[in-house]
Amino acid sequence: MSIQARHISKRFGDFQALDDVSIEVESGSLTALLGPSGSGKSTLLRVIAGLETPDEGEIVLDGEDATGVAPQRRGVGFVFQHYAAFKHMTVRDNIGFALKVRKRPRAEIRARVDELLALVQLQGFGGRYPAQLSGGQRQRMALARALAARPNVLLLDEPFGALDARVRAELRAWLRQLHEETHTTTVFVTHDQEEAMEVADSVVVMNRGRVEQTASPRELYDSPNNEFVMSFVGRANRFGEGWVRPHDLQVTLEPNGSTREVLVDRLVHVGHEVRAELLRDDGERLTLQLTRDEAERLELSAGQIVYVRPTRQTVFSD
Amino acid sequence: MGPFVDGVGWAPPRQGRRERPYAVHMDATEDTASGRPARPGDSRFTMSRAHGLGLRAVALGYLLIVLLGPLSMIFWRIEAEGVGKAWSALTEADTIHAFKVTLILATIAVPLNTVFGVVCALAIVRRPFPGKGLVNAFVDLPLALSPVVVGLSLFLLYGRTGWFGPWLTSHGIQFLFALPAMVLATVFVSVPFVAREVVPTLRELGDEQEQAARTLGASGWQTFWRITLPSIRWAIIYGVVLTTARCLGEYGAVAVVSGSISGRTETATLRVQDYYENLDQAGAYGISLALAGIALVVLVVMTTLKPKEAAA
Amino acid sequence: MWYWITQPEAVAALELTLAVSALVALTNAVFGTVLAWVLVRDDFRGKNVVNAIVDLPFALPTIVAGLLVLALYGPDSPVHVHAAFTRTAIYLVLLFVTLPFVVRTAQPVLHELDTHMEQAARSLGAGERTVFARIVLPNILPGILSGVAMAFARAVGEIGSITLISGNRPFHTEVASVWILNQSQSGNGTGAAAVAVLLLAISFLLLLTIGGLRRLATRHERA
Repeated sequence: MSIQARHISKRFGDFQALDDVSIEVESGSLTALLGPSGSGKSTLLRVIAGLETPDEGEIVLDGEDATGVAPQRRGVGFVFQHYAAFKHMTVRDNIGFALKVRKRPRAEIRARVDELLALVQLQGFGGRYPAQLSGGQRQRMALARALAARPNVLLLDEPFGALDARVRAELRAWLRQLHEETHTTTVFVTHDQEEAMEVADSVVVMNRGRVEQTASPRELYDSPNNEFVMSFVGRANRFGEGWVRPHDLQVTLEPNGSTREVLVDRLVHVGHEVRAELLRDDGERLTLQLTRDEAERLELSAGQIVYVRPTRQTVFSD
Repeated sequence: MGPFVDGVGWAPPRQGRRERPYAVHMDATEDTASGRPARPGDSRFTMSRAHGLGLRAVALGYLLIVLLGPLSMIFWRIEAEGVGKAWSALTEADTIHAFKVTLILATIAVPLNTVFGVVCALAIVRRPFPGKGLVNAFVDLPLALSPVVVGLSLFLLYGRTGWFGPWLTSHGIQFLFALPAMVLATVFVSVPFVAREVVPTLRELGDEQEQAARTLGASGWQTFWRITLPSIRWAIIYGVVLTTARCLGEYGAVAVVSGSISGRTETATLRVQDYYENLDQAGAYGISLALAGIALVVLVVMTTLKPKEAAA
Repeated sequence: MWYWITQPEAVAALELTLAVSALVALTNAVFGTVLAWVLVRDDFRGKNVVNAIVDLPFALPTIVAGLLVLALYGPDSPVHVHAAFTRTAIYLVLLFVTLPFVVRTAQPVLHELDTHMEQAARSLGAGERTVFARIVLPNILPGILSGVAMAFARAVGEIGSITLISGNRPFHTEVASVWILNQSQSGNGTGAAAVAVLLLAISFLLLLTIGGLRRLATRHERA
């Protein structure tokens, strides 16, 4: 199912959550709504789901205006950040709820629930209550629940935000794989740009109720539209008028005309990469990124003075 | 243990939290716009406007019939009977004495139960001991008991043919049909309120602050006085208000043990009945108006205190 | 003791008490919940006042309550309803006295209810009635039940408000508490005690049952 949001505006009291937002989601794609807190991404998702009504604008699902349609009838599967599990029902009853409500025969419900329990790897947990599950298990249950009635579009509101790092990474990969298999149009909200870049085909970057840029992860990183996108997606260093990515800084042990002097404040070894936090002569802090080999070759250490020069710089005009 | 004691107390709830619970979506840093109460006509996708208004009508209608209807009768009746007659009944010597008796009972019962309630609450929440469940149930008991049963038990215990009867008569102590029995009855029926307000508050607060105080060198008493007491003071005050209301309104238990002797062991509430049964409607409604006035003050105090109690 | 409990008058009083109290508890279960819902989810001018008024029966002396209900439905009733000295009167006055119970226990649970669950149910296709019946109600039921238990206990033991309005006609409008009062005042301490104990036992039994029901209803919350 394709989704179009056209000129959506929404306010809560004095707060303008969405300001003339328009996006297009291709059928079968996996899209991320990325932005900081207060950017309106969750609100937009909820408007698409029908859980909020926009003050202005339309939502078009598969070519048909769905702005006035109740969430019950939009064919969306929604996954909440804090699971919204039906705590008074067992896992089986939770997952089967959508089908129960559609009055499907019991045998059909049972079979589908079994299928989904296997899909999310919660076999054997069917008889438990949500309170007896871990966070990751609860979220898998919530996913299974949303998928039960085979929705046309899957909407996830910061689905992994409440989980610890490893579980988050696992579920991310799992979500990507699920999408590969089912090709259900999926839109998820996140404030974690790494998550968006890793999982999504297309990323909508939002800030303060507006869309800053919509593009593939690569394009977002390589060709950001403005300063906000540049600094939000990936790290970026301010260099005079422009911005420089940490891996676009060339390091030398001797000054070289256009280089600037910096002090290596701290070295962070993250796996096979080395991140150096640099202190420039004017007090500005920079982040440098190199491979381990490069770092070893330069014999980088904290307290050392080195010289840097951008190999690539982006300048925004406005 | 008992069905009352699970934190869902009968006392009017911490309504104060309502004052800003839905600020979640107003806060610019919080994105998830949820948790808002569904209102009729708000989102088309919650309850239809008709349903919402219908429900409101049912609720308010019920209140009108059950509560407000009878309430309006006070003024109607006083007007009908004559304000003058009502006033003279109010200022009669025996009536004034009755109010005095009520006041004495309350003045004794309220502080007693306040101290008892706080001590009990502390014991129940902070120092679990064998028999804690029993104490808990005992504190809740007066809420489940008929006041008549309370009065009757006192009667059977302290009456002339009761357990303590002979002992009392041999010492020349007049228990029943006199103040001592009435005090005991009033104290017993108003036991629960302070404890039931303080217990959940203490539980919610947790004892970390008290632990901190002790690591800083405070003695038990200092900790209580400087840390615990200030943090439960609104709960105590609220409990005191409820206790007072209960004492002022007590009827059944005192009716059994006092004999209702005008000018001696009659309380304000007993006097209302006295007037009514003697066909003096004006008097009955006069006193009722006075009592209702006090009740209104109590209600106003309760309403203003609730948010403070909740926020604490 | 057994003798007194089986006296026809006592039995009639007990039956009446239990029947009326059950009816009152049931009425409160329904209307108390409606009131709680409106007070938590709805918004209108004067709602705060309405909320405060609900506490009035707690603050008002019961005998005054009885007197007022008598005034409204008694011989000189301005609305020409003459229900005084009937069982209806007892029912009405008990409704007054027990009004706050279910409302006050249902309100906090309703307030704390995670509306996300309701939204989730809607997104899964549940209509409004289903949302209420399958999601909201099961979660607020423990709250409602404790209120019902308290209302019932209160109704069974209530005396002050009933004294005036019921007329205390034996076998017709005499409730157990009034019977006990009369017996004790006419010197029949034994009889009074016997029935009092029975009343006590009944109350406790029912309260324990409902307490058990509540624990049953919240079993899913114990991990």
